[in-house]
Amino acid sequence: MAKNYNLPDMQGHFGSYGGTFVAETLIAALEELRDQYEYYRNDVAFQQEYARELKFYVGRPSPIYHAKRWSELLGGAQILLKREDLNHTGAHKINNTIGQALLAKRMGKKRIIAETGAGQHGVASATVAARYGMECVVYMGSEDMKRQAPNVYRMKLLGATVIPVESGSKTLKDALNEAMRDWVTNVENTFYIIGTVAGPHPYPMMVRDFQAIIGRESILQMQEEYGCQPDTLIACVGGGSNAIGLFYPYIDNKNVSMIGVEAAGLGINSGKHAATLLTGKPGVLHGNRTYLIQDDDGQIVETHSISAGLDYPGVGPEHAWLKDIGRAEYVGITDDEAMEAFDMLCRYEGIIPALESSHALAYAAKIAPTLDKDKLLLVNLSGRGDKDIDTVAKASGVVF
Amino acid sequence: MSRIAATFENLKQDNKKALIPFITAGDPDPAMTVLLMHELVNVGADIIELGVPFSDPMADGPTIQRSYERALKHNISLENVLEMVAEFRKTDTETPVVLMGYANPVEAIGHQKFSARAKECGVDGVLVVDYPPEECEEWLESLKLNRIDAIFLLSPTTPERRIQQIAKRAKGFVYYVSLKGVTGSAHLDLNEVANKLVDLRSHISIPIGVGFGIHDSVTARAVSELADAVVVGSRIMKEIEESPREKILMNVSGFVKVLRTAIDK
Repeated sequence: MAKNYNLPDMQGHFGSYGGTFVAETLIAALEELRDQYEYYRNDVAFQQEYARELKFYVGRPSPIYHAKRWSELLGGAQILLKREDLNHTGAHKINNTIGQALLAKRMGKKRIIAETGAGQHGVASATVAARYGMECVVYMGSEDMKRQAPNVYRMKLLGATVIPVESGSKTLKDALNEAMRDWVTNVENTFYIIGTVAGPHPYPMMVRDFQAIIGRESILQMQEEYGCQPDTLIACVGGGSNAIGLFYPYIDNKNVSMIGVEAAGLGINSGKHAATLLTGKPGVLHGNRTYLIQDDDGQIVETHSISAGLDYPGVGPEHAWLKDIGRAEYVGITDDEAMEAFDMLCRYEGIIPALESSHALAYAAKIAPTLDKDKLLLVNLSGRGDKDIDTVAKASGVVF
Repeated sequence: MSRIAATFENLKQDNKKALIPFITAGDPDPAMTVLLMHELVNVGADIIELGVPFSDPMADGPTIQRSYERALKHNISLENVLEMVAEFRKTDTETPVVLMGYANPVEAIGHQKFSARAKECGVDGVLVVDYPPEECEEWLESLKLNRIDAIFLLSPTTPERRIQQIAKRAKGFVYYVSLKGVTGSAHLDLNEVANKLVDLRSHISIPIGVGFGIHDSVTARAVSELADAVVVGSRIMKEIEESPREKILMNVSGFVKVLRTAIDK
């Protein structure tokens, strides 16, 4: 892989984004994490153990699948799916939780904490905690707990304690605030596993590195199966971890374009959406500088998406940078468009996709008909949709 | 000499320690804040720390977070907070006012514009919790230009190299967070505070205030024997939260009076 792109800098900046915007009380913990990660990042034994876990526990590599019937129906470019939905626990999240849990183990931390919105990262954290024999505490907004009851139960089955967060909007951003407070109080024995490419340095870099397996595998698999690289990468962006995982290894390959798909909710003009890069302004939240959905006074505004995993008012700082330099393009897909793509993939390919991933699928479906048949769109199918069937049923007026 | 420096100078001459109560601007409602500020001065506050409500106060505990939520129900903006300070300044030109808040509302206004406006309204110092020294050069410039003191936090885990870094930038006083955790946490280890203060004093020439975990006359007294200033926040906000509106002034002033007496004993 050519390495012209070498961000972030030593302080975790991606251009003017990223960085370490936290209270002094957290600095020492972050410096320890940064130093330890810097060491193990280049440690062969660590990387070997990580690779083994991905192979034998997660089931990697995940295949690239040609969605042939759907592509034919759309009548244009070929849609290829990177099947992160086939990972153990059903999404890309575990690539990261395994990496961070292995790091926690080496740092001698016996307790891990995590924030979760939809519950996928919480489940992935509870899973690795069980796998490595660690105590696990997951913070989850009480609103989200209601919306995602099966995932709450999953975490409990895996031995985790789920703590409801009643502050603020009672959703993901508040769960993140609460997890940070726990960390600052219990930092000696606790490792905080952040689930996305947000938070203070080194989190955006570390989570990206652990998710970059998605893009690295894709480069090899594309070469092997198709003898070329895709024309365009498409991935959904909430915090942006699955997207950066796919994009990052391709950044230096300028022949490959990148599209991040944000949740346009009920429509960009409705005000009820989570399209941070499309509508937000730069600011500081959760320890980094990035685009934020905020009001004129700088207060963070509640977001909306049918998919809980995209329902976040910030976005990873590296995406903010890729947007500003024009290396990646960011677009929006509404709840309805995502639902339609969800249906199509079920009916035409026999795959139930996560609602998050359905946003990426919907954008692929939108542009595929406008492109030649020999063009290849690689869509990150970041998770499976079993968790979403209640939401989809409700939106379709079906009662179980 | 800045109002903050003058205050500490006078206290030193009287052989007294500073009492710095914290209240959230706009809690329980905007009309109460300036009244509370004057009342705090009446019962012995030397400096007033005014919290700027933010939707995502990551470094604060539940009590202060709830106070921010109550204030935000009234749509309190940073500009509103500045207007409260200006109102307070109409009748009190001596008591320093320090704002404490988070970066995003400041950035929404802009560093330069905010600092100029804050000066105009009579703000003496600003502590932006999530601006560590390495991320805020431009911000510090704007404060300096407007002769506003940059207040910094120090924590039990701050290593020596950073203490020096912060000492170079800090103005007015530094705020030592006396325990690991968030505002309003319970345990306070006085021996640890005492040891750490010796350490800090070898690098820092301006006064050192201690806060986090001070909740009664005993802890206030103990801290006042070690530090130059005692900062009390969550315990006061709890008083505001639990009192009926008509009793807030009375209850808060009663509590602060107790602290003042304990510190001066």
